[in-house]
Amino acid sequence: MTVVEDFGRAPVSACPACAVVPSAERIAALRAERDGQRDGRIMLSLPLAHCAACISTVEGALAAVPGVRSARVNLTLKRVSIDAAHDVTAANLIAVLAREGQEAHELDPGLLSSTETDRQGRDLLMRLGVAFFSMMNVMLLSVAVWSGAEDATRDLFHWISGAIALPTVIFAGQPFFKSAWASLRVGRLGMDVPISLALILASSISVYETWMSGHHAYFDAAVMLAFFLLLGRYLDHRTRAVARSAAEELAALEVPRAIVLEDGVEVERAISAIKAGDIVLVRPGARMPVDGVVIHGASEVDRSLLTGESLPVAAGEGTLVSAGEVNLTGPLTLRVTAAGKDSSLHRMADLVAVAEGAKTRYTSLADRAAGAYSPLVHLLSFSAFGYWMWATGGDLRYAINISAAVLIITCPCALGLAVPAVITSASGKLFRKGLLIKDGTALERLAEVDAVIFDKTGTLTLGMPEPVALTDHPAEVLAVAAALAAGSSHPLARALAAGALADGVVPALVQDIREVPGHGIEGVWNGAPVRLGRADWCGAEAVPQTATYLRLEGSTHAFAFTDRPRPGAAEAVAALQAAGMRVELLSGDSEAPVRELAARLGIAHWQAGVLPEQKAARVAALSAEGRHVLMVGDGLNDTAALAAAHVSISPATALDAARVASDIVLLGQDMAPIADAVRIGRQSTKRMVENFLISGGYNVVAVPLALVGMATPLAAALAMSLSSITVSLNAMRLR
Amino acid sequence: MEILAILIPVSLLLGGIGLAAFFWAMKTKQFDDPDGDAQRILTKDWDDRPKP
Repeated sequence: MTVVEDFGRAPVSACPACAVVPSAERIAALRAERDGQRDGRIMLSLPLAHCAACISTVEGALAAVPGVRSARVNLTLKRVSIDAAHDVTAANLIAVLAREGQEAHELDPGLLSSTETDRQGRDLLMRLGVAFFSMMNVMLLSVAVWSGAEDATRDLFHWISGAIALPTVIFAGQPFFKSAWASLRVGRLGMDVPISLALILASSISVYETWMSGHHAYFDAAVMLAFFLLLGRYLDHRTRAVARSAAEELAALEVPRAIVLEDGVEVERAISAIKAGDIVLVRPGARMPVDGVVIHGASEVDRSLLTGESLPVAAGEGTLVSAGEVNLTGPLTLRVTAAGKDSSLHRMADLVAVAEGAKTRYTSLADRAAGAYSPLVHLLSFSAFGYWMWATGGDLRYAINISAAVLIITCPCALGLAVPAVITSASGKLFRKGLLIKDGTALERLAEVDAVIFDKTGTLTLGMPEPVALTDHPAEVLAVAAALAAGSSHPLARALAAGALADGVVPALVQDIREVPGHGIEGVWNGAPVRLGRADWCGAEAVPQTATYLRLEGSTHAFAFTDRPRPGAAEAVAALQAAGMRVELLSGDSEAPVRELAARLGIAHWQAGVLPEQKAARVAALSAEGRHVLMVGDGLNDTAALAAAHVSISPATALDAARVASDIVLLGQDMAPIADAVRIGRQSTKRMVENFLISGGYNVVAVPLALVGMATPLAAALAMSLSSITVSLNAMRLR
Repeated sequence: MEILAILIPVSLLLGGIGLAAFFWAMKTKQFDDPDGDAQRILTKDWDDRPKP
């Protein structure tokens, strides 16, 4: 698959996140390809699988299903791939696994295949293996030379070393040669130019010295260089590959299809194939795929992802709906007014692109180090060459030897490992805590944060209502309400039913329960009609909070709800404030729930009814004050602010666009890891700086030796391996 | 020193076998699921006879 190719050291795109999250076009293309060659292969995600027993349970249960040819669990990726006959459906298998207590979700195999055949990673690993093999063998021969092999024996050992090292350098060095050539062609001095130069110079000098029966050959240095640098590059690649495969998995969970009515017949279509004027059916619980106007049906829609409003809005004939809203109670038939690129969902995503473009690209520590390093190394090496040409009266062989030794010793083995080792270690730690780092520089940016802005609905709260003070109502009222609520899938009704169940309320015997889409539920209790639903429908007076109303024998009762904060939200806010950060809450919701939540979490600065542009403007205002803002949000109304912020986090439940715009994705429900992330970010930046100092320290000792011509291959080998090992060990010290 | 004529080829051969084994492992996707392989060793399935 071609999508893998442009991933490695390719020129940095304007939006780093785009490289990680597959674009909508690519998803559509991959899906089309998949539809063309459906081969009975099913891929399920198993978020809870973690042990040997899980593997046997899942594989055993699936193998027992008729039609399944084989099932193999991959615990690293928490997935199972199933080879089955065509009549076996994913829904079937998910039900089978649910009976075994395993949660499973269908994944789109077409979207995931690119990760499975991760050719670039395998390619790097292959070169790494070859370099390791050669390094060990050449080192064995070199030790013999260092311990005093003379004359013919030394020459023989040098020749054998060369026979191993030259093919290795040519094969293993290719990633460096390619990228050095690419940067030279655009007239820049990247980190790979001195690396390639050192590899080539060390190998050719050594061949020449061996030919002339010289004392010193640097074959071991050349392969060791290749090995350590490939190691750094492989770690770097793996961090990104893990982030990418998880991001792909998030994308693969969403199925961009819609039901189109053609002459009254329901047809499933890809969203890209829908045009304005088509008639689309949206079932309860589904997300609006397009912008449109309701022509039939009544329901309520949840706009929280677009506007931050926590209250569902009634929708009937003539109501305008936007892509991204969720239909709650009744089926709706829409006439499409805008689809695909013209829809409001897409226009919001464009806002993100604008914000991304305006953001100055962050120069990472590694970039800054490379920028200072490359010219310095070349300068040192050339001046050593010039000086020794002059001092020895034109001894070319000696001067080249010295300048090669300088290049080899200063070569950034440790520098190439300094950042990838820390990032690998830190992102592994954060991944275990449930945070996915999409961009390597996110850790460095996180370390500079001194202000945090939270969104409310779906970010600080779960977006799930919870009834308050249920027991204040008479038992009879509660029993009727619980019975009615059990008959609906509306979020308020479900919360009410669950709350009543938790309080031990036994539902009353209500008959003829039916749902009136867009209004509520009604039934007959003790011969009298009862209703649970919207205030106007029940004839009740609306209260300022989120509430649902019960009409019972002429009287009405209001059940108020509050949005439950995410677990760990209070801890995260407290920890961030304790670290001296300014914490703000900006929400598009109405004032009462925002004020309540702010008080509950102890956030002093809050604002309600904020528009998307105002959120972005607030981020810009704080940045103008010289602050570095961390934005945490999940909705489309947050995307512009997420993109504009110094660094941004979104929960995995967020909309695609919000996840694309953010640097870090929170995988679990718990918010507490956010405070940890900031701490680990600060720590890892400190480790990176320490690592640069360590590798610089080795150079300060070794370079003068090389300049005066006292560096032997043994000294070069020692400096190189010692600095690489110290740097890796230092990276592991992250807590 | 004639022993070198035997020892060096032997050491290269042994290293080469290791390298070939590594290539084989890469090609047959042995590194695709390290966590799963670590856990699979603990299951009792196929303890008495190999998986068909």
